[in-house]
Amino acid sequence: MQHQIKTEFEKNQQIKKEALASIALYVAFFIWWYVTGYGLAGTGTPQTYTYVMGLPMWFFLSCVVGYVLFCVASVLVVKFVFKDFDLGEEAEGGEQA
Amino acid sequence: MIKHASTSYTIILISVLVIYLLINLVVGLWTSKKQAQIDKAEGKGFINNYFIGGRSMGGLVLAMTLIATFTSASSFIGGPGVASAKGLVWVYLSMIQVPTAFIILGILGKKFAIISRKTNAVTITDYLRARYKSTPVVIISSVCLVLFFIAQMMSQFLGGAILFQTITGLSYIYGLILFGIVVIIYTTIGGFKAVVTTDTIQGLVMVLGAIILIVTIVTQAGGFDAMTAKLQEVTPNYADITSGGTTAKAYVMSFWVLVGIGVLGLPQTAVRGMGFKDTKSLHNAIIYGTIVVGFLMLVMHISGVFAPAVIDTAALDSTDYVVPKIMLQYMHPVVAGLFIAAPLAAIMSTVSSLLILASAAIVKDIYLNYIVKDEKKSLPQFSKKISNISMFTTLIIGLIVMVFVIKPPSAIVWINLFAMGGLECAFFCPILFGLYWKKANALGSVMSSILGVAAFLFISSWNTGHPEAVISLFGTSPIVPSILISIAAFVIFSLIGKKPDQETLDLFYPEQA
Repeated sequence: MQHQIKTEFEKNQQIKKEALASIALYVAFFIWWYVTGYGLAGTGTPQTYTYVMGLPMWFFLSCVVGYVLFCVASVLVVKFVFKDFDLGEEAEGGEQA
Repeated sequence: MIKHASTSYTIILISVLVIYLLINLVVGLWTSKKQAQIDKAEGKGFINNYFIGGRSMGGLVLAMTLIATFTSASSFIGGPGVASAKGLVWVYLSMIQVPTAFIILGILGKKFAIISRKTNAVTITDYLRARYKSTPVVIISSVCLVLFFIAQMMSQFLGGAILFQTITGLSYIYGLILFGIVVIIYTTIGGFKAVVTTDTIQGLVMVLGAIILIVTIVTQAGGFDAMTAKLQEVTPNYADITSGGTTAKAYVMSFWVLVGIGVLGLPQTAVRGMGFKDTKSLHNAIIYGTIVVGFLMLVMHISGVFAPAVIDTAALDSTDYVVPKIMLQYMHPVVAGLFIAAPLAAIMSTVSSLLILASAAIVKDIYLNYIVKDEKKSLPQFSKKISNISMFTTLIIGLIVMVFVIKPPSAIVWINLFAMGGLECAFFCPILFGLYWKKANALGSVMSSILGVAAFLFISSWNTGHPEAVISLFGTSPIVPSILISIAAFVIFSLIGKKPDQETLDLFYPEQA
């Protein structure tokens, strides 16, 4: 049985953790995109590139593989880092209309 | 110009479009009516229902409305067109948006959800008011929002109307009236719920449109291998990451700010963090949003790169005609109608989201806060009055934008060039730092918005007027130094200004207690 997140304190600790995980994933994608893109493209010219299905390797890795990897990573991060909890109720009397 | 299709082709195409528009109208109005009944039964008032849909969005709707809001006409017409000339680097650039849905929802989602429930916030300005407790912050953010949004809506409408003209040969005024009226009606009557429901239909149509386009191109080119062989021949630069030396790296990298982290500062995307139902919806939306946005960007832009294999792009006056040309030349009119629904969907969904927020800024942020007296708000007839005022405001803003499109004032045209970057400079720090930095305060927020926007407008317009002496930070676009200035201003002036009071700290940072 998993521990339930109930108090404000726990919720905010969890939100911080999720925000940090989001930033980490963002940075990881950036590095992948840059290294396989500009990094790899810089090691050759269109004449010397390896091609996969008519697409140069730098593009295939950075955009096609990068996209698929990011989708998989998103599912894993959401599944293992993000947690369900109650978002609270609408405050009373705050709204006039 | 490109050659127009035959009359019967045009009639079939327009019929498909009209049916599509009517479906949006009916579904938008029907779901919003149902939501209004549910909200009423739960005791939520008109404002909550009209401007945030009673916080009822599920995962799919949240993902789709987020994508539909920041996917505009450029992803369907302009972007693929440029990609046909610039090659794969333009797809590479568009893929910067793959992690955007994740970062927006992951960082803003739950924090916004909790705080907006505690404070009854339905707009970004409501949140800023609760966090900074400052009239200047509210006024500056409302004014920036309305001004930049009107300019953005105008350019979206104009893009759609010109697209309509390109395809049908009829004057763009007809196109403008046709989908302008539909958008304005469902937004005015249905409010936020109608906006996000139609966004969902429109997001799905965009996915369908992207599939139609790439399948058409690959089939017409005689398969993938034949197509890439042809590309090698006609556009030898397509595999070059600098497009033959015309696309600078610093320019591409700037998009990590403009369409990357900067999007955290766009009120139209951030406000979606206030409207979802529960954490499960948010988690699903992160996954759906990531998959769909990457798919759209990849498929639409790579279609543009492949286009020269099936049409002679050099013969066109502008790269904006690349996608319409493929459509008219190769698609059956019914398919073409479905396809062209996609960019129109992108336009309508962006406009409707901006329209409801501009209306919220005027009614909720300015009128309810500063104009109407408190004792009046408790009167029973006030509820009816506020709903009339809200709908009327939405209608008027929509009509003003349409009139502006027919006869554009030069100031608005100028503002539009800088609308997206301007919004990011105005809102990035106040939104993000306000959520996660205890010391963030009103002085920092005001100075960050003013200096950020001023720097952005100055550098952008200076660079347009002085191409020989551009101001730039390592060759990047103006958005990069401007965001840095807004961050520096936020931090420095927050440290100088007064600390937030204990009540605010307890509300926003309960983990400190």
